Amino acid sequence: MNPQPLPHDLPLQLPLPEGLVKHLLVLLFLIHILFVNFMLGGQSLAVILEIIGLRRKKYDRLAYEISSTVTVSKSLAVVLGVAPLLAINVAYTTYFYSSTVLIGFAWLMIIIMASAAFLLTYLHKYTWESWGGSQRALHLTVGAAAMVLFLAVAMVFITNINLMVLPAYWPRVAGFLSAVLLPSALLRYFHFILATLAISALFAAGWFGRKGYDLARLPDFTRTEVIALFLRIAFIVTLLQFVIGPSLLLSLPVHGHSLAVWLLLLTGATIAGVMAWIIYRELGRAPAVLGRSYLVMLTLLTFTALFMAYGRHYYRERAVNPHRQAMMAKTEAFMWDAKAAQTRARMGMTREVYKSSGEKEFKANCAACHAENTTIVGPPLTEVRGLYAGNPQNLIAWARAPQVKRGGAPMPSFNHLPEKVLQEIATWILEGK
Amino acid sequence: MDFPIFHLDFIGNRMLIAITAIVHVIINHPMAVGAIPMATLLEWIAHRKKWSALDDLAYKITFVFFVITTSLGAMTGVGIWFTTALVNPDAIGSLIRVFFWAWFSEWVVFFLEVVFIMIYFLTWKPWSGEKKRLHLGVGLFLSIFSWLTMAVITGILGFMMNTGKWVPFSYEWVPESSMFTAFFNPLYLPQLIFRTAVAFLGAGLFFLFLIPFFKKLTAEVRGRAVRPISLWVLAWLPVAIAGAIFYWQRIPVYMQANAPVALATQDFTRWYQTILWFLLGMAAIVPLAALWGVVKPKRLPAAALVIPFIAVATLLGTFERLREFVRKPWVIQGYLYANGLRAQDYPLFKEEGVLSRATWVRHHQVTEENKLEAGGELFMLTCSRCHTVGGVNSVRTRFQKLFPVQKWDEEQLAAYISTMHNIRIFMPPFPGSDAELKALSAWLAANQHYAMRAEGGQTALLPSAPVLK
Repeated sequence: MNPQPLPHDLPLQLPLPEGLVKHLLVLLFLIHILFVNFMLGGQSLAVILEIIGLRRKKYDRLAYEISSTVTVSKSLAVVLGVAPLLAINVAYTTYFYSSTVLIGFAWLMIIIMASAAFLLTYLHKYTWESWGGSQRALHLTVGAAAMVLFLAVAMVFITNINLMVLPAYWPRVAGFLSAVLLPSALLRYFHFILATLAISALFAAGWFGRKGYDLARLPDFTRTEVIALFLRIAFIVTLLQFVIGPSLLLSLPVHGHSLAVWLLLLTGATIAGVMAWIIYRELGRAPAVLGRSYLVMLTLLTFTALFMAYGRHYYRERAVNPHRQAMMAKTEAFMWDAKAAQTRARMGMTREVYKSSGEKEFKANCAACHAENTTIVGPPLTEVRGLYAGNPQNLIAWARAPQVKRGGAPMPSFNHLPEKVLQEIATWILEGK
Repeated sequence: MDFPIFHLDFIGNRMLIAITAIVHVIINHPMAVGAIPMATLLEWIAHRKKWSALDDLAYKITFVFFVITTSLGAMTGVGIWFTTALVNPDAIGSLIRVFFWAWFSEWVVFFLEVVFIMIYFLTWKPWSGEKKRLHLGVGLFLSIFSWLTMAVITGILGFMMNTGKWVPFSYEWVPESSMFTAFFNPLYLPQLIFRTAVAFLGAGLFFLFLIPFFKKLTAEVRGRAVRPISLWVLAWLPVAIAGAIFYWQRIPVYMQANAPVALATQDFTRWYQTILWFLLGMAAIVPLAALWGVVKPKRLPAAALVIPFIAVATLLGTFERLREFVRKPWVIQGYLYANGLRAQDYPLFKEEGVLSRATWVRHHQVTEENKLEAGGELFMLTCSRCHTVGGVNSVRTRFQKLFPVQKWDEEQLAAYISTMHNIRIFMPPFPGSDAELKALSAWLAANQHYAMRAEGGQTALLPSAPVLK
């Protein structure tokens, strides 16, 4: 294995048991990513359908209906992202922060890109009616720009989460692009994008296919048609996932693999396979019963997501564990040494000996700017003695309220020092005791 | 010392956080907290008097706020986490470990607020006629709720500033009981009063500011909107002033306790005087504009609204800056210095040096050959969280002021650096060994005629060791 940078951990206890914070992380992250899926997948579907809608009007309406859910999904995605962010900060402090810094500029760009994307989704949604005709291309560009920005934001997050578990690669990273090209980052990204499309298509099938949805908002569509459209998208994308998924698994650096990881991921994949098969069977059904297995699909999807999330989690754990153990040992040794040094300092083993407390106070308060014979910032003591010999009170008065005499940096006031200390310092300067 | 170092040598790292945080506060205080009661009030007046055009105007302005707060507002909020994680991971990482549950509960409240804001805004038009009273109820509920969110956050900010006063830090776990006292620390009430009033008053000004952009409004509708908003601004103004005075009075106590006040410091007091008068002057325009709005609501000129708008933004920005300044030289009082190093580790660093235990450096011991390079690494480790080499708050300008003519000399600089924290109390003491002090001084002296390169881990390949093989 490559040499890995080995930092210390923060020497503060975790605010909650380690196991608990990790489960919190996995589960809260799933909820966050669900809305990210709706946001990114929804925006992508809206843009694609809007393009189709240029020729076939009814798809344009469908695109609009999807687009109006995106602005809500994105608000929930952001606010739901804060909790897993806190949890990952606690559970993987050194890993998360180190990788974040290494891709620092891209990480900052998230703020700008996501803000811009959000504003564009509003613009996209609220100009749908008014920007028709010749402005249609502009409208489409706005939607597509939001989509591209969302895609870019996702790439930064995924690169970071990938880099985080690869401390052996940290020293090789200079800038964001070098991190994107590390093993498995791009495959993780494609895996995520496909999952996003599948999940949001499946969600759309239920959203528009539910009984309560007012189909009058989608002229020329039947309920069956809408459900079949989205189920078909979900099906095709899920099939593609069976190409990307195994490639990703094989591309993951080997130090995180374990039987448990493989079992979890393969179980998740099997459940996804069953779900794909059910979708396929459903698509061949009569219109009247189409969508009947929807709840089964959702349940299977939920289990797939849980297995995949835990598979990923245990991969991460396995990947960082040896490093973490070494880090903990190093942290403990450091704390031990630090405590010993504190004790030595407290026992005065390194304390300097001063002739008088005036000398000590002078060293602490004045020596930064005044020396015996040379000008540092302020004049040398020889000059001070010339001015104030036999007149400590004037020296003290000056120190309390100095003025600018020679240009350059003004002397700060020492009015905060007690009179006794000022006197001691003056005595030291003028009489050397 | 343990994380790769992110560094922006032009605007400086603190500026990055400051910009993000101030944009966030300027957006979210008035537009999220203050705007809801303001909008609900206008909606209620419109409902009672059956002025549908006023209802429509309130809706449209709320729409603008809704769009801005849920995009820029939300992302700059998250951005505070992002930027602090980049600039000072030790600090934010430690704070999160200690205050995890406080922030977790803040998150719950914040999540609910976002949901309620969406409900309030998205049901405005659908719940008209019969259901209007219900919508007004939602508005009232949300007004109280979003204020409570701010009340919680203020508590968290308050105790972050003064942790050391209430939380006995050690390597061991921090006792839970101190959370409560930390939350309701003496700065809490004045901060809350000030923030509440400024948020409410600011919301009024933002409303006034936006009204002229609706060109199709008749003078009558404009007047109907401007008068209650102006009254609203006038009503909150005395509260804002009282809150500010209350806060001003409480602060020096802490500065005195933290460190000698007179020093706190030349830079600070001078800045304080001029800016304060400037701010007061600007703030005085707020009541004038508002009075005009009450007396002649239809004639309030658009230009008269720009300055108070800027004034409130500046005031909030200054307030946040002051609030941050007070905590120096600490990030977490008594525990972690602004340079990201723990006070408890100083004796060890003094003995063996900072470099010896650092992860992302090339040199672990200073030698004659590597002195300059090691000095540069020491700058990154111990100074670069607040200082740049050639940009904002640069070390070069600091030393040019201190030593304008003479040649910068290693011994001189070392003498200055070793005791500067006694005089400039906002500076953390230099942490390293004597050899390191000399290396840093030599490197700083080399900066007299041109700025040395200082590049962060986000662009440069970083050396790293010790390593795990």
